[in-house]
Amino acid sequence: MTLPQSEISAGDAVVFDAVSKRFPASGGNTAFTALDNVSLSVARGSITGIIGRSGAGKSTLIRLVNGLEKPSSGKVFVDGVDVGALDEAGLRDLRRSVGMIFQHFNLLSSRTVFGNVALPLEIAGMDRRAIEQRVRPLLELVGLADKHGRYPAELSGGQKQRIGIARALATEPKLLLSDEATSALDPETTQSILELLRRINAELGLTVLLITHEMEVVKAVTSDVAVIDKGQIVERGHTFDVFTHSRHETTRALLSGLAGSKLPEAVARGLKPAAADGDRVVVRLTFFGAAAERPLISQLIQSVGAEVNIIAGTIDEIGGKPYGSLVVAYGADAETSGKAERFFTENGLVTEVLGYVA
Amino acid sequence: MSPDLLLRIGSATLDTMYMVAIAGLVGSLIGLPIGIFLATSGRGELFPAPNVNRAVGLVVNATRSTPFIILVVAIIPLTRLITGTSIGTKAAIVPLTIATIPFVARLVEAAIRDVDKGLIEAARAMGATPMQIVFKVLLAESRPALTLALTMTIVSLIGYSAMVGAVGGGGLGDLGIRYGYQRFMPDVMLVVVVVLIVLVQLVQSAGDRMARRFDKRSRKT
Repeated sequence: MTLPQSEISAGDAVVFDAVSKRFPASGGNTAFTALDNVSLSVARGSITGIIGRSGAGKSTLIRLVNGLEKPSSGKVFVDGVDVGALDEAGLRDLRRSVGMIFQHFNLLSSRTVFGNVALPLEIAGMDRRAIEQRVRPLLELVGLADKHGRYPAELSGGQKQRIGIARALATEPKLLLSDEATSALDPETTQSILELLRRINAELGLTVLLITHEMEVVKAVTSDVAVIDKGQIVERGHTFDVFTHSRHETTRALLSGLAGSKLPEAVARGLKPAAADGDRVVVRLTFFGAAAERPLISQLIQSVGAEVNIIAGTIDEIGGKPYGSLVVAYGADAETSGKAERFFTENGLVTEVLGYVA
Repeated sequence: MSPDLLLRIGSATLDTMYMVAIAGLVGSLIGLPIGIFLATSGRGELFPAPNVNRAVGLVVNATRSTPFIILVVAIIPLTRLITGTSIGTKAAIVPLTIATIPFVARLVEAAIRDVDKGLIEAARAMGATPMQIVFKVLLAESRPALTLALTMTIVSLIGYSAMVGAVGGGGLGDLGIRYGYQRFMPDVMLVVVVVLIVLVQLVQSAGDRMARRFDKRSRKT
């Protein structure tokens, strides 16, 4: 299967067209399919996230973009250029126009901060004075101008990743690949690095393709997301839509780690798949846009009449849009449920029955 | 001890330093690229040539497992060809150099293999050529380990150079054998041993200090 022509647009920074990657058996390892017929496009100027558990194939996927890995079948296009058709020299040119940052930063311990950011420019054959002029503003951009003579060992994890980002931006790429860039950082540092990525995206118009296993990262910065599981894309779309209308169980499993999405332990344990007489139904309501601004709870209680329990809830922002999630319980009898469902439909709420409790 | 003997000890020390310096320099210059090749030519590495890699590895192992004293004797024809003689300080340099090459090659290989693979990937992602990766990443990052490898090479060479004394190679080992052992002059033997110990100490501590200066991996406060 190839991608329908309509889905390939000139505006896409990266296109994966029916890409598969198989690793043949070698040594004690059995053959392994890392990617299975993946088609995906990354819009220019977007921050696109690819999320999946470890071993889902996301590292392989991102490495196809700059040719660090080659697909077994299918094609990868970067800015309309078929990566697989490039020779070594062509690949090197491509790589100089695509920045990459890494989970473990991969800074040279023997070089200063300045020297690390200068490295890609030296590799590209730029002369010393031009390098000097390019590196200084980059260090200012990432907020580490005062550290230029320091060695990586003298910096914190967050500072190292800032250097990694400055280094990735040195050759003025149009595309930045982020390979679990915040996975080795604490939550606070993660947020500051994500904030930096967002700023770069907005100010430099850079397309960012990031892979992660953390929903927090996807939620905080991406405009689009693809969920990958066992080498296949199981869900994709605008981040807001995927979060609020997740269909695939992998997505839900990944989402369940987010604060406010989790049911209290006591409720989760008592959850039953079917209702008995006198049971209560547990429903997750997702509301956003205009619905997030109405006094829903009081209206719900008025229309349902019966008592409504609030079990869990959160109000958050995804891609700058307000988003709420509320888990409520009410009588599972036909009358109460009927009223509740009518109310949900009238108000355009997305609901999901989680189960029943006594 | 007579002034004449002291003079001999002095000149033997210079002979040893001369042999070690030349063999160390030439052996390292040849051993370094071989070591780099061994570390980068496996399957899926920078210069993939697994068969050549295995072949070179075999020769290196063979040379390393030949006892030095046998190597000295075995390559006498080669030594004659190069220096025109098979005895004396100049002649001793040939087997010393031959023995240094595989020694350096293996140490260099280990030092380079120790460089974080993530750095190679990062450099590839920047569009570096394999040669740029060798010079800008592998050699730069392994400089502390290479310095220690060179130190270890020189220390071993000082030991080997004493051994070539057994076949008339000149230097401190030669002096120790001829005067200390064959003429039974324990004081000469003692001085020879002490000078050797001092030489090794000096080389080792200078090497350690240099390696520490090159090593930027630990946080300095």
